[in-house]
Amino acid sequence: MSLMNRHAIFEKNSILLTVGILIVVAIGGLIELVPNFYLKSTIEEVEGMRPYTPLELAGRNVYIREGCYNCHSQQIRTLRDEVERYGHYSLAAESMYDHPFQWGSKRTGPDLARVGGKYSDQWHHDHLVDPRSVSPASIMPSYPWLADYEVDPRFIETDLAVNALIGVPYSEEMIENAVADLRAQANPDDDNVDAFLERYPGAQVRSFDGDPRKLTEMDAVIAYLQMLGTLVDFSLYDDQADVNLR
Amino acid sequence: MATSHQAKSFTASEGGVIALLLVCVLFSLLIAAKTHDPTMAFHAWLGLAAAGIGAFAVFNGYFKRTHNVPEEIDGKPNYQMGPVKLATVASVFWGVAGFLVGLIIALQLAWPSLNLDLPWTSFGRLRPLHTSAVIFAFGGNVLLASSFYVVQRTCRARAAGGLWPWFVVWGYNFFIVIAGTGYILGITQSKEYAEPEWYADLWLTVVWVIYLLVFLATLWKRKEPHIYVANWFYLAFIVTIAMLHLVNNATVPVSLTEPKSYIVWSGVQDAMTQWWYGHNAVGFFLTAGFLAIMYYFVPKRAERPVYSYRLSIVHFWSLIFLYIWAGPHHLHYTSTPQWAQTLGMTFSIMLWMPSWGGMINGLMTLSGAWDKLRTDPVLRMLVVSVAFYGMSTFEGPLMSIRAVNSLSHYTDWTIGHVHSGALGWVGFVSFGAIYCLVPWLWNKKQLYSLKLVNWHFWIATIGIVLYITSMWVSGIMQGLMWRAYTSLGFLEYSFIETVEAMHPFYIIRAIGGLLFVIGALIMVYNLWMTVRHGEYAEEEVGHPTAVQPAE
Repeated sequence: MSLMNRHAIFEKNSILLTVGILIVVAIGGLIELVPNFYLKSTIEEVEGMRPYTPLELAGRNVYIREGCYNCHSQQIRTLRDEVERYGHYSLAAESMYDHPFQWGSKRTGPDLARVGGKYSDQWHHDHLVDPRSVSPASIMPSYPWLADYEVDPRFIETDLAVNALIGVPYSEEMIENAVADLRAQANPDDDNVDAFLERYPGAQVRSFDGDPRKLTEMDAVIAYLQMLGTLVDFSLYDDQADVNLR
Repeated sequence: MATSHQAKSFTASEGGVIALLLVCVLFSLLIAAKTHDPTMAFHAWLGLAAAGIGAFAVFNGYFKRTHNVPEEIDGKPNYQMGPVKLATVASVFWGVAGFLVGLIIALQLAWPSLNLDLPWTSFGRLRPLHTSAVIFAFGGNVLLASSFYVVQRTCRARAAGGLWPWFVVWGYNFFIVIAGTGYILGITQSKEYAEPEWYADLWLTVVWVIYLLVFLATLWKRKEPHIYVANWFYLAFIVTIAMLHLVNNATVPVSLTEPKSYIVWSGVQDAMTQWWYGHNAVGFFLTAGFLAIMYYFVPKRAERPVYSYRLSIVHFWSLIFLYIWAGPHHLHYTSTPQWAQTLGMTFSIMLWMPSWGGMINGLMTLSGAWDKLRTDPVLRMLVVSVAFYGMSTFEGPLMSIRAVNSLSHYTDWTIGHVHSGALGWVGFVSFGAIYCLVPWLWNKKQLYSLKLVNWHFWIATIGIVLYITSMWVSGIMQGLMWRAYTSLGFLEYSFIETVEAMHPFYIIRAIGGLLFVIGALIMVYNLWMTVRHGEYAEEEVGHPTAVQPAE
C-alpha cells in the first residue's frame, strides 16, 4: 500500500515524527479548550458572585492543603436526584473566581457545593475535630489540628494581589486591607467590621470557631464552608433566561 | 582493550551537568535563606545536598576514570546501562512503596481511625502520595528504564549525551522525593495527578526537556535506517506529557521563595484544562509509554516479530489523535458546555478501536508461540497485561457514555476502572518488562526462579480480581442508592447510609490490594536473588540480534 510506504518518511526523520506528533495531539485540545474562554455560557456573569474574602480564601487554601477535594466534589450535576439532595445545579459562574477549581472527581463524602448554611458552626467544628461525634458512621479523617493552628497573615495580601493579577476583581483597597479584613471577619467586635462589610457586602461575620481571641484555621475553614454555594440567590436566578436555553 | 589508550578529557556533558548543578546549589541556598515556609526550606536544603553531592560525584567520576568512554567496544555499541539499572531499581523501590501506601489508604476507608488524627497520615494527603508514587515514581521509572534501554538497543547506539541520561534519572527521582514529601507536609496545588507545586514543576520541566533531547539525540545516532515502532510511542509520550505539563501547571507563585501558587485558569476553564491533562496523563503516560514497552518486550520475549506493521502505524496515529479529545467525559452534566461533553464522549467511544487494534497487535504477536504461555510466566504476565488493557479500554468508552456516566461518576466504579488499567495493564506489563530487564542488565543467564514469577502472577491476579469486582459492586450500588426514590417520590437513602453500605467492599478491596503487595514483594525477593546469586551468562543474553521489524 503506497500510503503505508509513505509513512517511512516519519520513520526515517525524528524531527518530522516529533512535529507530526505535536500537530496531531494539539488539535483536540485546541478545539475543546479555547472556545471556553469566549463562549457566553462559560464566562457569563451572575448576580451575587464576589471574590472570596481573605478569611474564606485562607480557609480554601487549608481545604486544598488537606486534600478535601479527594473525597468531596463541589459540582452539582443537572440530575434530579442531585438537585434534590444538594440544591440547584452548579453554575459556571459560581466557580469563576476559583483558582484552581475544586469540582473534585469522587464522592467518598457528600458534595459540598452548597454546604454553606446547612449546618451550624458548632456542628462543623465538632465534625472537623471528630467526625464520628456527630455522624457515627462517617469514615472521614479527624482534623483536630485545625483548631490549634493559627492563620498565618503574612502572605494574605500577596495572595489577593496574585489573584487580582490573574483576573479576580480584587480592588486596590481590598488588597491593602487584606490583613485587617482577615481578622475582622472572625471577630464581630473588631473595629474594621463595617469597612470589611462594605468591601464584601453580605459576607458572614462572626467567630466561626467560638473563640474570637484566636484566628485559627478552624475559623478560616468554617468561614469557607459556610459561604459555599450561598452567593447566588436562586429565588432571583432565571434558569429560563435566553443564555441558559441555548 | 584497545580503548584504554584513548585520551582522557573533561567532556562537555561533565561540564554541563556540573554547571547546572552549581546553579541549583545557588538557587537552593537563596531559597533556603529567604523562605518563611519550613517545608520549602527543607526542600531547598534537600536540593542543595542533592546538587552538591551530584556535582561532587561528577568531579569524582572524572578523576577516577582513566580514559574517555568509548562509543563502541570491539565493533559493538558500548551501551550505557548504568542509568537503566538505576531507574529499574528505583521503579521496584517506588512500586512497593506506592502499593503499600495504596493499601494503607484502602484500610483507612474501611477503618478511619487508621488516619491516626495526624496531618501527615490523613487520607487527603496520602491519596496523592499513592497516586503519584505508583503513576510517576513506579511507572515513570519503568518508562525511563525501558525507554533508555529500548532506544539504545533498537538504534544500536550508545545513549547520547554522556552524563545527561544519568542526570535525567537522578533528576526525575529527586522530583519524586520533593513531590512526595511535599504532599505529606501539606504542599499541593490540588490538581489531580498534577499536585506538585510550581518549583517542583519547574524542576521537572528542566529534567523533561533534557530527557527529550537525550532521546532524540540517541535516535540521531541510530545505525538502523528506520525508527522502531516502540520509539514512536516513547516519543509521543515524552512530547505530549511536556505539552500537558506546561499548560496544566501555568501558575503564578505568591513569591519566588514560597511554595504557594495560584493557577492562571479558573473554574470551567481550569476544569477543562485539568481533565484534558488528567485523561491524557492516562493516555500518554500510562498508555502510549507502556504500549512502547509492549511493542518491544512482547516480541522480544515471544521471539516473534510484531504481528502487523500496518496495524502499528494505524494504531499509533489514531491513538494519539483520538486520545487528546477524551478529557471532557470526566465532566458530564457539569457546568461545562454540553457540546464539549459530547465531543469528549464521542471521541472516547471512537478510542475503543485503536485501543483494541493495539491489543490485537500485541496479542497476535504470539502467533505460533502460544505454547510459551504455558512455560514462560513472564510472557504470560505480559500477555495478560495486554488482555487487561483490552478490558479496561472497553470499560472506559462504556463509562464515557453520558447515561452510564451519570451512574458511575463520583463512585468507586471509577476507582475500580482505574485499577483494572493500573494494576492489570500498567502493573503487569511493568513487572513483565522488569523480569526481562534484570537478567539482561546484570548479565545473568536467567531469573532466579520462574516458579516465584508464577506465584507472583497468580497472587497478583487474584488480588486484581478482588479489587475490581468489589469496586464494581460498591460503585454501582452507591450510584443506584444515590438515585433511589421511595414510592412517595422522596430520595430513599441519606448519604451516610450509602457510606455504611460500602464497608464490606472496602475490606474486600483492601484484601485485593494486600495480595498485590505480596506479589510485588515476591518479585523483589526474586530480583534480589537473581542479581546477587544468579549464574553469569557466558555471552550477552537476550540480544543476539535486534528486534525484527514486522512484516
